[in-house]
Amino acid sequence: MKITVNGKEFDADVEPEMPLLWVLRDELGLTGTKYGCGVAQCGACTVHIDGMAVRSCQLAVGDVAGEITTIEGLGTPEALHAVQEAWAEHQVAQCGYCQSGQIMAAAAFVDLNPEPTDEDIDRAMGANLCRCGTYPRIRAAVKTAATKLNGV
Amino acid sequence: MSKAGTIARRTFLIGSAAVAGGVAFGVFTARRPFANPNLAELPTGTASFNPWVIVDSEKVTVIATHADKGQGVFSAQAALIAEELDIELDQVEVSFGIPDKAYYNRATSAAMAGFPLYDNSTAAESVRGLVGSIAKLALPMMATGGSSAMPDSYDKLRQAGASARETLKLAASQESGVPVDQLKTARGAVILPDGTELPYTALAGVAATISPVVDVPLRDPGDWRILGKTMQRVDMIGKVTGTMEYGIDFRTENMLHATIKVNPRQGGVMNGYDASAAEGMPGVKKIVEITNGIAVIADNTWRAFQAANAVTFDWGPAPYPAEQAEHWAVLEGIFSDEHLNAEARVEGDVEAAEGEAISGEYRSPYIAHAPLEPLNATILVTENRVDIWTGHQVQMMVEQMVAEITGHDVENVHLHNMFIGGSFGHRLEFEFVKQAAEIANQMRGTPIQMTYSREEDFAHDFPRHITMGRGTAKVKDGKVTSLDVQIAAQSVMRSQMGRMGMNLPGPDAQLHEGAWDAPNFNLPNLRVRSYLTQKLAPVSSWRAVGAGPNVFIYETLLDEAIHAAGADPLEERIRLMGHDVSVKVLEAVGELSNWSGADLGENRGRGVAYGFSFGVPVATVVEVTNTDRGIKLDGAWVAADVGTVIDPGNLENLAQGGTVWGLGHAINSEITYADGMAEQLNYHAHEGMRMFQCPPIQFRALENGANIRGFGEPPVPPSAPALGNAIFAATGQRIREMPFNKFVDFV
Repeated sequence: MKITVNGKEFDADVEPEMPLLWVLRDELGLTGTKYGCGVAQCGACTVHIDGMAVRSCQLAVGDVAGEITTIEGLGTPEALHAVQEAWAEHQVAQCGYCQSGQIMAAAAFVDLNPEPTDEDIDRAMGANLCRCGTYPRIRAAVKTAATKLNGV
Repeated sequence: MSKAGTIARRTFLIGSAAVAGGVAFGVFTARRPFANPNLAELPTGTASFNPWVIVDSEKVTVIATHADKGQGVFSAQAALIAEELDIELDQVEVSFGIPDKAYYNRATSAAMAGFPLYDNSTAAESVRGLVGSIAKLALPMMATGGSSAMPDSYDKLRQAGASARETLKLAASQESGVPVDQLKTARGAVILPDGTELPYTALAGVAATISPVVDVPLRDPGDWRILGKTMQRVDMIGKVTGTMEYGIDFRTENMLHATIKVNPRQGGVMNGYDASAAEGMPGVKKIVEITNGIAVIADNTWRAFQAANAVTFDWGPAPYPAEQAEHWAVLEGIFSDEHLNAEARVEGDVEAAEGEAISGEYRSPYIAHAPLEPLNATILVTENRVDIWTGHQVQMMVEQMVAEITGHDVENVHLHNMFIGGSFGHRLEFEFVKQAAEIANQMRGTPIQMTYSREEDFAHDFPRHITMGRGTAKVKDGKVTSLDVQIAAQSVMRSQMGRMGMNLPGPDAQLHEGAWDAPNFNLPNLRVRSYLTQKLAPVSSWRAVGAGPNVFIYETLLDEAIHAAGADPLEERIRLMGHDVSVKVLEAVGELSNWSGADLGENRGRGVAYGFSFGVPVATVVEVTNTDRGIKLDGAWVAADVGTVIDPGNLENLAQGGTVWGLGHAINSEITYADGMAEQLNYHAHEGMRMFQCPPIQFRALENGANIRGFGEPPVPPSAPALGNAIFAATGQRIREMPFNKFVDFV
């Protein structure tokens, strides 16, 4: 089965019903995308498909139509994406386990909404669970990222 | 061992005795430090001045052994060393190190001495010194828990950095011929008077031959470069780029994936199972029996999950009451002298106290830890050694437990501690490691990564204990005159230690912590009693442990009394307190929140609560509006005194996170048992807080306390009663039981 992840094409020898999450983690070794709940309740597995945020634990790899971007493809430690820069600037993470998913959700969101209010952010990010409770900083970082990206 | 190593080791033994003490009570053997474990296999030309600093020609490594489950202690430990070592955080490599008793936790015994942690009297300090010496001799344990990492590390790690710095200066003096008192240090180098910089890495070889300088005076906090200022955590970039390797992300050659199915009635046996449907499923390599269940080993985690779900079981009954109502009935039945754990605090006479009486009964439910990274461990068992890759808070005990299963000598069992995706007490438990060891022991030669499904993680969480409280307050002439608090619960420590094969004799202070040690010196009549049972579901330490339920009970009852007295909730708390450090915390939260009373007009209100836990007084104000869609949280304000602030930015993050944790679970989370099994198995049924419920949270840190304190847990306890008290102020409805959403709706 052919999929394109972070601009590279992969051929995964798996059954089509396997969720994309597990293809990424256990077949391709892209462990930045996290398993949290397996039922689209926590958002830790969020990736982009053609720029849209999706829950990779609920998407069968056989149903993927489009290019996949994971946290590893968004930016790197040497070349951070604006959202990642904002996350570092606000020192958002505690345990950090949810933050790949938070950042992928935020990156898709600020792309669509250049000047988000707190309410917009809460609505867009409400399905991403953070057990450490970094929400106040996520809100601040999303705003900073939107400003960076849109030069407001 | 190299000659340099031998010399370094001997001098370290003598030198550190001088810095470890500070308490005259300890016996000499207790004050003698343990050997530096880095010296055992130290390559030539590498210097290790003490267990925490290693310098070779390539890099400076600092050892940060406290487990990091999000609280930022990996970075904070490195900062303590770097401050005195005169090196920047981005110039050092930070490592979790090798589990060894040299890294035993000096601070966990402080709470066992029987004195409230605000008591710094000579008697209290002397007994703490003695208890610490005994703990070191009897059971020198590496452990991260009880918000103890900062008290344990603060002096010890700065001293380690200072000792390394002065030794590197001696080496530079030998190399350059310049007297030591003319040398300076900065940015990982010794600087000669002419400005020449000798990097520490270039001095490693010479430094390795020098006896470490010890007994170096620590710098005045006024001279700090790194500490006391908001830092860039060393784990942050990894965590925002997906490159941080948690235990679940560990990968190694030929590794297989496994998952388990164990009797969901905790501790119940497996009578039988049928795995025939699972055996031929894609990727399945083997299905093996483990204690009370089975494990599926496959080439992919999801395939292991799928196959495990296809196995059918005959499970035995639960070794505790099957239904939740029976659990509460057990607690209802133990408020009597025969079940007394302790009469922990007696001031005046609550029976004889005059005034109008107000009584209430309070309940705090079972709650799961449910950190976002499910429990997992990777283990490779070979003939001669065992390697374990997982994140754990009690490192050496992991090695010991695995050794017991595989039959290896514990010296040949090696834990490689990993970053942890949240714990809240979950990673103090050993069952998941033991299960992984049972699997790997049946698959010798193949590394096995065992991962719990989320459902298995919920089902086998050892949750926070249920607690029932009963209280009577008295009020007279507009003042609270008496509080009589009774707490019925399990001993969390006994439950935990029972699973470790140990007993905990005597009363357990956690049953009444947060209540007995609430200062309230100006309250003339005060009694706190606790009652003990072990006939309930197995439980574990859940962030803030006993203080969570107990502060909820105490501060809700107190709020009811203050309301009956007609006094202001904040002013009356300040009047009763009588403990200066805590008074300042209450005043600070009043100032921060512009407190002007609980009543903010129709359908709006504020609540305040105070909690003392792990030596930290914390006060929280919550403001709510009662809307037609339910209760909306408008804001929260938190003030706390941690003695000394190491990283104000991270401290604020912990204050906000701890408040979210306390509020979210108070609103909507509980574990209930039916047919012996937890009924909540994923986040939709046990949510904690989501972003749209999270109010803005402001924080102020104070530094009036005599001791540095940890802050992972203390923000939690006052948040739930502050919210309950705010809901009362806004609606007139008093909620005496968590979760609150059983009684009111939330937006």
